[in-house]
Amino acid sequence: MVEQTVQIVSNERDTDLYFRLVVRAPQIAPLVQPGQFAHVRILPLKHALLRRPFSIFQVSGDTLSILYKTIGQGTEVLSQMQPGEGLNMIGPLGHGFTVPQPGGEVPLLVAGGYGMAALYLLAQRSRQKGIAFVGGRRRVDILCEEEFSALGWEVRVTTEDGSHGAKGLVTQALLMELKRRTAGRKLFACGPTPMLKAVGQLATDFDLPAELSLDEHMGCGIGVCLTCVVPIKTRDGWEYQRTCTDGPVFDSTQVAWEVNK
Amino acid sequence: MNLSVKIGTLTLQNPVTVASGTFGYGVEYSQLVDLNQLGAVVVKGIRLEPVRGNPTPRTVEVTSGLINAIGLQGPGVDGFIHKYWPFLKGLKVPTIINVWGTTVEEYAEVARRFDALGGVGALELNVSCPNIKEGGAQFGTDVKLLSQVVTACRKATKLPLITKMSPNVVSIAPYAQAAEAAGSDALSIMNSFPAMAIDIETRRPMLANVTGGLTGPCIKPIAVKLVWEAAKAVNIPIIGMGGIQSAADAIEFILAGATAVAIGTANFYEPQTALQVIAGLRQYLQENRFEDIRELIGRAHTGN
Repeated sequence: MVEQTVQIVSNERDTDLYFRLVVRAPQIAPLVQPGQFAHVRILPLKHALLRRPFSIFQVSGDTLSILYKTIGQGTEVLSQMQPGEGLNMIGPLGHGFTVPQPGGEVPLLVAGGYGMAALYLLAQRSRQKGIAFVGGRRRVDILCEEEFSALGWEVRVTTEDGSHGAKGLVTQALLMELKRRTAGRKLFACGPTPMLKAVGQLATDFDLPAELSLDEHMGCGIGVCLTCVVPIKTRDGWEYQRTCTDGPVFDSTQVAWEVNK
Repeated sequence: MNLSVKIGTLTLQNPVTVASGTFGYGVEYSQLVDLNQLGAVVVKGIRLEPVRGNPTPRTVEVTSGLINAIGLQGPGVDGFIHKYWPFLKGLKVPTIINVWGTTVEEYAEVARRFDALGGVGALELNVSCPNIKEGGAQFGTDVKLLSQVVTACRKATKLPLITKMSPNVVSIAPYAQAAEAAGSDALSIMNSFPAMAIDIETRRPMLANVTGGLTGPCIKPIAVKLVWEAAKAVNIPIIGMGGIQSAADAIEFILAGATAVAIGTANFYEPQTALQVIAGLRQYLQENRFEDIRELIGRAHTGN
């Protein structure tokens, strides 16, 4: 974990409300593991105090990139920043995915919307190629499909409105595949909470291992403020653990979904 | 140039500490901040037993501030000693343990346990957390209960006692005086201010706990005023806190009567804040030709 001022190399619209940000972060980029995140202080944001956490999408030499959606005042201001401007970044943070090794399970990636960003490095560094299931509401919510294909991965797209790929939910496409074959496979997922719950349920139903990257509101990002906690099973019940440091990636059998209603 | 100050019998190498609950147990920040540069490390509140904390959402960002209702999640005395004390006792700077309980007896028992541990710098009595049903603010907003807690802890330990005050009182003077009379060696002023926010889309409170404690730069002027008033009411040192994010903010508190300060919410967004404040204090003393930080304490009360 390092704190450094990073310089924006580019910050361009991808589709619709999604942007790609590339920064020069020589101290952080080489340390990044798949599934980790960067905690970004958007310096022009004066009256909203907290940093914003973003999954690290791609790493190349001393640069790293982030794929983000404008969903609030922080990301709105970020989307207007220009190349050459600075951001303050702490990273890489969090406990990421287990990278598949040769001879191990074949990875099936499941992503909803910008959840795709958290899975790219995993696909790139995985020693086994698998299938990436990518879902979104509309065509514009399907991100970086080409990049996954370029890695030699099979990509299966679903959209809820049917404007791209198969019509339906990403978990429906996953279910079809799991009905066909489960042996020697492992699930890795990042996306909205309902999707993660559904993936966790499929993992239980088909008796498959699964790693889920949870997305919670965060404060400090390094484990002290206890804002981003999620209920995690323990030997004698459950306890709140931190998405920022104990996660964001948890084994699906650890998450005590039943606690939050 | 002298930056060191005394809190009871405890000497701090400089007056800049961190506020309980914003710095974990120190170790979390150790890769980003040289902890040995701080005046002291102040850990998150600890009671006898582990505490699960409140449901989520626990935090909401508001204009220049943060409302939190964490609910004092923590490992309990034994968990803390096992998990965090080995690291903290190796630091060159003192550790101040923030203590709370649901009864007067529990406060005293926790104080006894840390007295027996050896090597603790001081105890900060949290009688002012707004986010728990039993304990916390109920002790800090009742002069009689406040006296009882401080008296019981005073009997339980010789460690310096710092009482962390609630801002949610009509006048802070009688509470400050009660803590002093009961044997408190210092006061921390202030804890977070009770507050809430509502989501206009869902039309429900933002926090699962409905209300929380407001912190951050937006509360600073309230805190400065409380330090000012308490400084007139007591003779024990005050640790001033509430929205400090720069040396200028810290100097305001010192001029109002604080002997030391604590960086709180700013740790969440800028972990270097405490170190920046220390450097800024040095620069201010130099530029204004003061030899000793103590020359500034309460100076706004007398002019120049």
